[in-house]
Amino acid sequence: MATSTMLFKIYRYDPDKDEAPYMQDMSVEVDFALDRKLLDILTRLKAIDDTLSYRRSCREGICGSDAMNINGKNGLACLTDISELKQPVVLRPLPGLPVIRDLIVDMTQFFKQYHSIKPYLINEGPRPERERLQSPEERDELNGLYECILCACCSTSCPSFWWNPDKFVGPAGLLNAYRFIADTRDQATNERLDDLEDPYRLFRCHSIMNCVDVCPKNLNPTQAIGKIKELMVRRAI
Amino acid sequence: MSKQSIPVRKFDAVIVGAGGSGLRAAIQLSEGGLKTAVLSKVFPTRSHTVAAQGGVSASLGNSEEDHWHWHMYDTVKGSDWLGDQDAIEYMCRMAPEVVVELEHFGMPFDRTDEGKIYQRPFGGHMSNFGEKPVRRACAAADRTGHAMLHALYQRNVRANTQFFVEWMALDLIRDEAGQVLGVLALEMETGEVVAFHAKATVFATGGAGRIYYSSTNAFINTGDGLGMAARAGIPLEDMEFWQFHPTGVAGAGVLITEGVRGEGGILRNSDNERFMERYAPNAKDLASRDVVSRAMVTEINEGRGCGPNKDFVLLDITHLDPATIMKRLPGIREISIQFAGIDPIKAPIPVVPTCHYQMGGIPTNYKGQVVSPDGTPVKGFYAAGEVACASVHGANRLGTNSLLDLLVFGKSSGDSVIDDVKSGAIALKDLPAGYAERTMARLDRLNTQTGGSNVNETRLDLQRTMQKHCGVFRFKDMLLEGVAKITEIEKAVAKTEIKDKSQVWNTARVEALELDNLIEVAKATLVSAEARKESRGAHVRDDAPDTPENPNGRDDVLWHKHTLWHREGSRLSYKPVTMTPLSVETIALKTRSY
Repeated sequence: MATSTMLFKIYRYDPDKDEAPYMQDMSVEVDFALDRKLLDILTRLKAIDDTLSYRRSCREGICGSDAMNINGKNGLACLTDISELKQPVVLRPLPGLPVIRDLIVDMTQFFKQYHSIKPYLINEGPRPERERLQSPEERDELNGLYECILCACCSTSCPSFWWNPDKFVGPAGLLNAYRFIADTRDQATNERLDDLEDPYRLFRCHSIMNCVDVCPKNLNPTQAIGKIKELMVRRAI
Repeated sequence: MSKQSIPVRKFDAVIVGAGGSGLRAAIQLSEGGLKTAVLSKVFPTRSHTVAAQGGVSASLGNSEEDHWHWHMYDTVKGSDWLGDQDAIEYMCRMAPEVVVELEHFGMPFDRTDEGKIYQRPFGGHMSNFGEKPVRRACAAADRTGHAMLHALYQRNVRANTQFFVEWMALDLIRDEAGQVLGVLALEMETGEVVAFHAKATVFATGGAGRIYYSSTNAFINTGDGLGMAARAGIPLEDMEFWQFHPTGVAGAGVLITEGVRGEGGILRNSDNERFMERYAPNAKDLASRDVVSRAMVTEINEGRGCGPNKDFVLLDITHLDPATIMKRLPGIREISIQFAGIDPIKAPIPVVPTCHYQMGGIPTNYKGQVVSPDGTPVKGFYAAGEVACASVHGANRLGTNSLLDLLVFGKSSGDSVIDDVKSGAIALKDLPAGYAERTMARLDRLNTQTGGSNVNETRLDLQRTMQKHCGVFRFKDMLLEGVAKITEIEKAVAKTEIKDKSQVWNTARVEALELDNLIEVAKATLVSAEARKESRGAHVRDDAPDTPENPNGRDDVLWHKHTLWHREGSRLSYKPVTMTPLSVETIALKTRSY
């Protein structure tokens, strides 16, 4: 068996007993034949110390629970190969959101921004008996948008979101805003653009592109934001 | 903590679980104007519905002729005639309506050239009463569950549904008359326990696939609804029937959709042989899941497995056009690269049958009402989705019928709640004295236990026992031994110890409480499986072989009936299968072959 010791530095904070957060050195035996992903190792660490707290669920990169800051970069623990990690592996909670405990952050602000873009199809027309028609090409416009898993890797890597989390919608919210603008079945494009035409909500994006760099689903919020800006320009002239 | 200190919140309805069925029920209740609370252990879009891939079935007939009656026939046959035909008819007839409704909610289905919902073939779905495969699975690439869960959540945002996110329900509140009055739940962030006092309680807590060591299921699928129901004296139905999905990634357990075979994928053994031709000459790789899983295990057991340990078979799509793979199966390609280290465009995917779905659950009728063994509804209690047993899946579920189940019965349970609340059939009764004592005692024990058993090790013991003693093929002696082992493990579960005593986001406590639910499910499964002395659907025993009197080992004289496991005394009783549909003729018992 190809086992070896892996070293970690993990952000720890339990408001019930700790006065301040601290970084804890931890180590664990890893079997490289069995363990592929960082989440496998976190499970091993938790078996040693059950107080280590983090969110996780599907373990296959589709539920978006286990986003964290891994060696300085946001990512999903379940999709991060351990063989690629420099040691000691430094694990911190997602930056820019309040920490509740250890690697668990309070995501209220993130979801508030998502909810603010009215993330649902708006079509007040009479409901047809069958499905609304949409050509394969029209449907293709939603690719690269609908796959968002709301893990918050992007928004919490965005300096603009760090400074104005209450006013800037952030890359995840804006990607989802464009998902509905791009949907031929949605009738609220103008209202959606009105809502975003604001110095903060949309225009705090300065194309830093950290969001693109970290998205575990390889989506491109910057491009979606660019398309929203383009539509605004186009309707202005 | 004494019971006096427990805050009480009052609602018309409380829904436990925010996966597909919980969210579908919530839309009904919120849009119907009921004061509703939806509790979930995770943010709604993290629920396990998100991991469903291949499609949701409905006889829309968008690519070729189809009919709900054919869908019904396939579902009855897939269930090995254990499904209730009234519920199956209801589900298949409702399918086109609920799928179109979902499209109206914003679901980004793939499209045909005419702009209609794209449909692909899937295992066991046939036209004209079993003749040849039909395109019935409505799909959004291979991310149908993700697209569906988000669309349902989004519709709830529109409807202003009130969510309690990261709350774990602990126990049902039931009075002496048996009426359900709500749940006790734990807020993970604060450790506070609150009573949700409601006229109606809807369980949509999903399955318990984590009772097995190798599972496609998420960590959160711990059978919480089943545990709560069992502790409150509700029997669990048909728990011996577990679906092993043919194609979990070998080693990792992550799901590879049957849609891969729907798009033309082929299973091969170490001789590069398409072995399904021998087991299911007509449907081949698109036979029912139980049939394919058994064929795979047989190939492996007979030495035709692949790899250095000959312990998996190969799922081959290298003959498909890479453009098709990129368009219809992009998620599968990602998963294969991530978890098997191979690109399926270039090399076949190593797969093994992996625990996937529980056919059994809390007994309900097709209206989503929980029923007593005599068929009368349990006042104030409803269930939908994987936690419920309507029973539409019987002894084996057809692929894509799970997503359909949660739409149809999520909706019907919501409608039943509205009817029962508005007609006054259920009203807010007082909480009985001492309603929280048992729950608080459980929490107190966890806080004070010393010298106890380790949660992680005990759970692994349970999972390995289930894997070894109650898998794809079942053996009389192994089942008996398994029952004895699980009874031992139950003692360890009763004295689990956690080091973490924090009130804030205590995941150790949550995992210990989940283990309390897993053990109920594991025990129900083993005891029910040991008792059922026949082979049917996913339950196949060595001592019930294929004979002329009992083809495939199925014994309709003695065993054409539903199992009910009662927690008290781990007792079993049985009830008849409903063979009378709502409007069509009975689909009579017949030998099942593909």
